[in-house]
Amino acid sequence: MKPFTYERARNPSEAAAAARQPGARFIAGGTNLIDLMKLQIETPTHLIDVNGLGLDRIEPTPEGGLHIGALVRNTELAADARVRRDYAVLSRALLAGASGQLRNKATTAGNLLQRTRCPYFYDTNQPCNKRQPGSGCSAIGGITRQLAVIGASEACIATHPSDMAVAMRALDAVVETVKADGATRRIPIAEFHRLPGDTPHVETALEAGEFITGVTLPAPLGGKHFYKKVRDRASYAFALVSVAAVVQPDGSGRVALGGVAHRPWRVEAAERELPRGAKPAMAAILSGARPTHENAFKVTLAERTLASVLADARG
Amino acid sequence: MKFETPATTNPIDQLKIVGKPVDRIDGPRKTTGTAPYAYERHDVAPNQAYGQVLGAGIAKGRVTAMDTSAARAAPGVVAIVTTLDMPRLEKGKTNTASLFGGPEIQHYHQAIAVVVAETFEQARDASAMIRVEYARTPGRYDLEAEMPHAELTAPESDDDSPPPPPEDRVGDFEGAFAAAPVTLDATYTTPDESHAMMEPHASIAQWEGDKLTVWTSNQMIAWGKRDLAKTLGLEPGNVRIESPFIGGGFGGKLFLRADAVLAALGSRAARRPVKVALTRPMIANNTTHRPATIQRIRIGAGSDGRITAIAHESVSGDLEGGKAETAVMQTKLLYAGANRLTAMRLAVMDLPEGNAMRAPGEAPGLMALEIAMDEMAEKLGMDPVEFRIVNDTQVDPEDPARRFSQRQLNECLRLGAERFGWARRNATPGARREGRWLIGMGMAAGFRNNLVMKSGARVLLDASGGVTVETDMTDIGTGSYTVIAQTAAEMMGVGLDKVTVRLGDSSFPVSAGSGGQWGGNSATAGVYAACVKLREAVAQRLGFNSAEAEFADGVVRGGNRSAPLGEAAGADGLVGEDTIEYGDLAKRFQQSTFAGHFVEVAVDVATGETRVRRMLAVCAAGRILNPKSARSQVIGAMTMGVGAALMEELAVDKRHGFFVNHDLAGYEVPVHADIPHQEVIFLDEVDPISSPMKAKGVGELGICGVGAAVANGIYNATGVRLRDYPMTLDKMLDRLPELA
Repeated sequence: MKPFTYERARNPSEAAAAARQPGARFIAGGTNLIDLMKLQIETPTHLIDVNGLGLDRIEPTPEGGLHIGALVRNTELAADARVRRDYAVLSRALLAGASGQLRNKATTAGNLLQRTRCPYFYDTNQPCNKRQPGSGCSAIGGITRQLAVIGASEACIATHPSDMAVAMRALDAVVETVKADGATRRIPIAEFHRLPGDTPHVETALEAGEFITGVTLPAPLGGKHFYKKVRDRASYAFALVSVAAVVQPDGSGRVALGGVAHRPWRVEAAERELPRGAKPAMAAILSGARPTHENAFKVTLAERTLASVLADARG
Repeated sequence: MKFETPATTNPIDQLKIVGKPVDRIDGPRKTTGTAPYAYERHDVAPNQAYGQVLGAGIAKGRVTAMDTSAARAAPGVVAIVTTLDMPRLEKGKTNTASLFGGPEIQHYHQAIAVVVAETFEQARDASAMIRVEYARTPGRYDLEAEMPHAELTAPESDDDSPPPPPEDRVGDFEGAFAAAPVTLDATYTTPDESHAMMEPHASIAQWEGDKLTVWTSNQMIAWGKRDLAKTLGLEPGNVRIESPFIGGGFGGKLFLRADAVLAALGSRAARRPVKVALTRPMIANNTTHRPATIQRIRIGAGSDGRITAIAHESVSGDLEGGKAETAVMQTKLLYAGANRLTAMRLAVMDLPEGNAMRAPGEAPGLMALEIAMDEMAEKLGMDPVEFRIVNDTQVDPEDPARRFSQRQLNECLRLGAERFGWARRNATPGARREGRWLIGMGMAAGFRNNLVMKSGARVLLDASGGVTVETDMTDIGTGSYTVIAQTAAEMMGVGLDKVTVRLGDSSFPVSAGSGGQWGGNSATAGVYAACVKLREAVAQRLGFNSAEAEFADGVVRGGNRSAPLGEAAGADGLVGEDTIEYGDLAKRFQQSTFAGHFVEVAVDVATGETRVRRMLAVCAAGRILNPKSARSQVIGAMTMGVGAALMEELAVDKRHGFFVNHDLAGYEVPVHADIPHQEVIFLDEVDPISSPMKAKGVGELGICGVGAAVANGIYNATGVRLRDYPMTLDKMLDRLPELA
């Protein structure tokens, strides 16, 4: 861990302004950042503690949706009665992630910003374009079982590890921010996480210093909500594949995948195939997938997992 | 005391305290956080500095240059020792790779520097500032690719007797196999595994002149002392080791490792005490691991189900000078059959050092053999339990004059089948379904030899009638403190509250240490021997005939008089010290422990996720000294067996030669949600051949066979036969039923 300075921000715009300085990072729950600092994968010189900013409420919006403060802890969000009733896919996704202790600390904004769990990202002896842009990707050709099957690039085949974000992608959530100059903006979740391209170190649409104040969920969709996370052990593991789905009585619905790409993976156009079943739907969702020999199973797994979800939806 | 003839009746047989499920006596200290582990020994030496070990960033080659200038200038840095500062250190007897010194890199994360600083954070930060240049050389990292170069190798013998031949043959295997009406020829693989113990390797070192004291976490105090002295070129008498509490070892702490060596070197350079803990990634690549195996098993049987031919051959890899994973050894003994072949081949490779992990040999060997037995049973149309029972042997199949001292495998299997409800298993695979789950039952035999080790202890009696046991025995979470206290209490006729146990100090008599499931029986036998000495001294001092004196309730009785036990101690106390040593009973009899493992699994028909639903182990392992701590040992081992079956694998980067998933996020072990109902039954058994305690080990028996029982359960659930561990869903997905 490198030495760093530390301040407590008093309001969001002050936080955003403070974050202008090079090497500054926000810290909330710290469940990912501190681990990465210990390994010197993250080396901030200045930490801006945003835990005192409030932003910890879940409130109805005039449009009939919910506004979730950036600092709402994963545990609270999962347990909120409105979330459980109207956005069960989100509650289930949250509870499928991490452990109880981590969910108590982890925040809504922090969860969106957590970094990949690619093992080569974690080993500082190995080249990694996320850690050191231009150094190369040591995962390609290496151990790739956990890594991306679609949307990857020659520079990076990492996946985004969040469960929460996958559910939010299915729900068309909107990320709300304030920039260093005080301007606010609303970023649809579809545009929030980026594909790696040739700049895999740039993971989100956020600008330098831009601060997430909250996430808005549109009005409830109805339908049946599923979050099925597939993993090697029963708890406390990242998804091999996860399926977030909201399925309507007529068989239409929405599907987003976790564990397959650099961002939560959703192809809206493919969803019209849903009433025809998992096979055509997943063929469309994962059209263009380029898995490795080690992770080719994820394509089959995604289809079978969706089939299981659709069977439950009918049942 | 030399144990040369089978035990007769002795005070342990009273079973007033031994054999009772008493709580562990160190429990309150552990649950209140007051049991001091190595890294927490802040009190033992003032002015401790922190050492951070830097591991090599390549798997094979040389360090050509190290620039430490930035690190030396970093805040708080007290000293830096690099591998270029000294020639390669001597190796301890139990080390394959060098632990430090010289430019050559033999494996990834081999230690190349220790940075000592005022704080842990400063040491860690500065260690990352060292610039290292390497000259890489190509290495051998792919076991399958190295198989053609693997050479026959003999297992190490446990004692001074000559090793068995590398290719061990009885009868005419090939002829009998060719003639057998029912045969199996299959290959199984097990991956490299990490001990993944909770407490990392950690040491604090302090020098006083030439004398070195190390507070560490080590299962084998005497080995550690010997190897540390050799590595650093010290007189063994100048080395002291203390390791009273150990947060798990599983074999990973049997040996001297880099934490102790670099704490000592760092301390010498810093001229003050230095503490070092290996980081989690270093556990996988700097320390030892269980090596991967490729095992071919051939079994031939008559249509009556009797095995006529059995062959088990295993290939594993290790560094130059290393040794094979002894995966075929149990096959020499477990089942009958006139024609036999076992062989091991060793490939020289450049991955980190392979070595013992809980039930070395037996665990991966049975993971293969006990699937093969399941496959054979199916070919024969026999129930897998019955197939094993038919092929039981009460003698060493290679040397029929040698009987097992006790062998209740069939009893374990029969009782297990009954208690588990094995009769409800549908023999047709894939036939039982509950909702989205395919349900299956699997079983396997468990087998682990019982090893006896020389073990010493000193027992002190004080005037209040208190008894203190001192031995360098360790407690790695197994319950050594407690069974030793029970032994001393039983022998001296006092309550457990009168017994103090002090362990893990090299100034105490040398014990068996903790390994190979020999610790519980051997160490308590050593305490027994010391107590016999003390009883004699007490009787003599109090004027009793020692053969007739009875020790009970803190009082010694003989003839028509009695005296308080403490009276014998006098003001200076009274000491009994002895070492248990063994004659040739272990040669004349085969001593082993047995289990029947039964598992019910559920496999998600869509995703192939396997979840264990319930488990049962029925164990026959001699006298159970403490059913509570023994049960804990077995359920812990069963849990580890589930890990080996379903998830544990050090993933090898075959290009760069290292274990990639070197943390506990990437190297998955079972969590609570993976472990459902577990039950353990111990058969009522005493084994007077093993020791005066009539006990045997259980800590490794519990893992032996579990992996195969899970695998056989998966087959019963799905009809998909997997032969490559771990049995993750990707290996069966394309063979699961089509979904609607």
